[in-house]
Amino acid sequence: MSDMTDQEKQLVEWLADMNEDDAFALAKRMLLEQGANPMRVLDLCRAAMDIVGKRFEKGEYFLPELVLAGEMLENIGAIAKPLIKQAPGGEPKKLAKVLIGTVHGDLHDIGKNIVTFMLDINGFDVKDIGVDVPVKTFLDEINAFQPDVVGLSGFLTLAFDSMKETIEAIQGAGMRDKVKIMIGGGQIDEIVRSYTGADAFGTNAVQAVTLCKGWSGVAA
Amino acid sequence: MTAPQTYVQTPQAKAAYDARWQRIMDCVNLKQPDRMPVAMLATFWLARYGGISYRQLMYDYEKTKEISERAILEFQPDAPSPTVLAVATGPSLEAIGFKQLQWPGHGVRDDQPYQYLDREYMKAEEYDEFLFDPTGFYLRKYLPRVAEAFEGLEELHYLPGLHYFRLVAGIRSFGKPRVRQAFEKIFKAAEEVDRMVAHHADFTQRMAAHGFPMSYITTTVSPYDMLADYFRGATGMMKDLYRNKDKLLQLLDKAAVFLVQQTLWSAKSAGHPIVFIPIHWAPDAFMSGKQFETFWWPSFRKLLMGLIEGGIIPMPLWEADCTKRLEVIRDIPPGKCIYWFERTDMVRAFEVLGDVVALRGNISPSLLTTGTPEQVDAAVRHLAENVFHKGGKLILDGAFGIPDETPVENVRAMFTAARKYAS
Repeated sequence: MSDMTDQEKQLVEWLADMNEDDAFALAKRMLLEQGANPMRVLDLCRAAMDIVGKRFEKGEYFLPELVLAGEMLENIGAIAKPLIKQAPGGEPKKLAKVLIGTVHGDLHDIGKNIVTFMLDINGFDVKDIGVDVPVKTFLDEINAFQPDVVGLSGFLTLAFDSMKETIEAIQGAGMRDKVKIMIGGGQIDEIVRSYTGADAFGTNAVQAVTLCKGWSGVAA
Repeated sequence: MTAPQTYVQTPQAKAAYDARWQRIMDCVNLKQPDRMPVAMLATFWLARYGGISYRQLMYDYEKTKEISERAILEFQPDAPSPTVLAVATGPSLEAIGFKQLQWPGHGVRDDQPYQYLDREYMKAEEYDEFLFDPTGFYLRKYLPRVAEAFEGLEELHYLPGLHYFRLVAGIRSFGKPRVRQAFEKIFKAAEEVDRMVAHHADFTQRMAAHGFPMSYITTTVSPYDMLADYFRGATGMMKDLYRNKDKLLQLLDKAAVFLVQQTLWSAKSAGHPIVFIPIHWAPDAFMSGKQFETFWWPSFRKLLMGLIEGGIIPMPLWEADCTKRLEVIRDIPPGKCIYWFERTDMVRAFEVLGDVVALRGNISPSLLTTGTPEQVDAAVRHLAENVFHKGGKLILDGAFGIPDETPVENVRAMFTAARKYAS
């Protein structure tokens, strides 16, 4: 992003370093007292999240940092977003569309929620359709949302068959060529990817972002 | 169940029982067993094997015992698992009004396994209360939140400080309608759990008469996992690593103490020295090495040491990949534990831990469920050649037992290969 003032650099640094209290106080002061452009503040948050993502990839950060980063962003967003209408610019253009859900039979959502959050802050237009999603719902949602990528999540071993059925149904409905399909979850590996017919698998949220960026031609 | 049945263990069955148990104990004691033992943890897979629904498996004690017996007699594991306690919990869960699980007929379909509901069952602001008076927090806050039978106990008088005439006055709270109602439900639930435990005892005695010792009976939990899974919820706990660090550490330290007491008491009642400890939050991907050594390991080590000193053989199941933790979790006395690994490379685990613990596992769930018998055979052979025959005290099993969807021929392949490559 464009050149940052010292104060902006400080916000990015505190966010990236998980210094929650100071970062929130500063963001609040910038937005409510100094009249900072809320879009600019959200861009700073995104810049901080880039650093968080890179530290995650390097093995310096783990799930607690992703979760706390999500929380910090949500809290700052809750102040910034209502101010956006008064500022020039508006919503930034989103990257590719990603439809994501936990396959039928499986109620787990922690991993899916973290992937959704990471895709969202990386600029993707993400639609999360929840857990225990029937095959037909996936088909209906693909028709309505027209995603570029479909993410199937599952933690239990029963999800292997649910993923396979979902992907076969997408194929059967003639939509397989229009979407890339990624699968993820605690038990997912190359054996499962091959079994289900997915295009790729990931074992963490940053891998999901990398896959989506690769498929949508954005430098990861 | 009518009157308890008595089972006779023939001399042959006793010899088989002793030989199987010796194989497991040789592994624990880091001695070479006569062959590689094979353990079997089968839960909802038994429904597939026996051709019944998951719901029936959870509710029909007799059918569940019969199917489990059939599987044990077919596969001849050295150490099967206490099936009744592991899966036939439907009537008990119903009687308790258990809120943290969804199970067939209660939130999931009849052909789905029970699933845990990750929620915040304790608020971040409640650390002080829990720390100051754990028993009071359980009685008046936690138990009513997680089980309907306990709803009403929140109206109980605060117990510390009840003495002399305060005790006389304070006893009135036990007569409140909602408190009475809670106790009535708890008595009924206890009667149902008694029925389940009677079936469990019947099953284990029947298996002993056939010559099969259980691989464990009691289970426990690491302090960190207890707090993350059952109290704060996954995301609440992760935020606490930053927001409530000091109180979290205090509570983990305290939980280790009461978990040791609670587990020793349960294991003594069960009369079985091996305690199974499924572990959820230790994997490499979940926290940094520093966080692991600060938040996860110290209280767990305290639990392990307390159990070992109490004559227990802890059997943690290290879920997912814990390769980066191996050097840290080595720090226990040799010959006292079974470390069961899920996705950690067993060869690597053997290299780091082979002189400290027995190992259990770890045929991959994706291979067992979607692979061929030949692939399963090759995976067993790999472990036999690269771990067992190189001196590793390996108890073979699936990575977390037999996955529910495993084709029966792949289970057969696992047992056959174990005998073929490591007898």
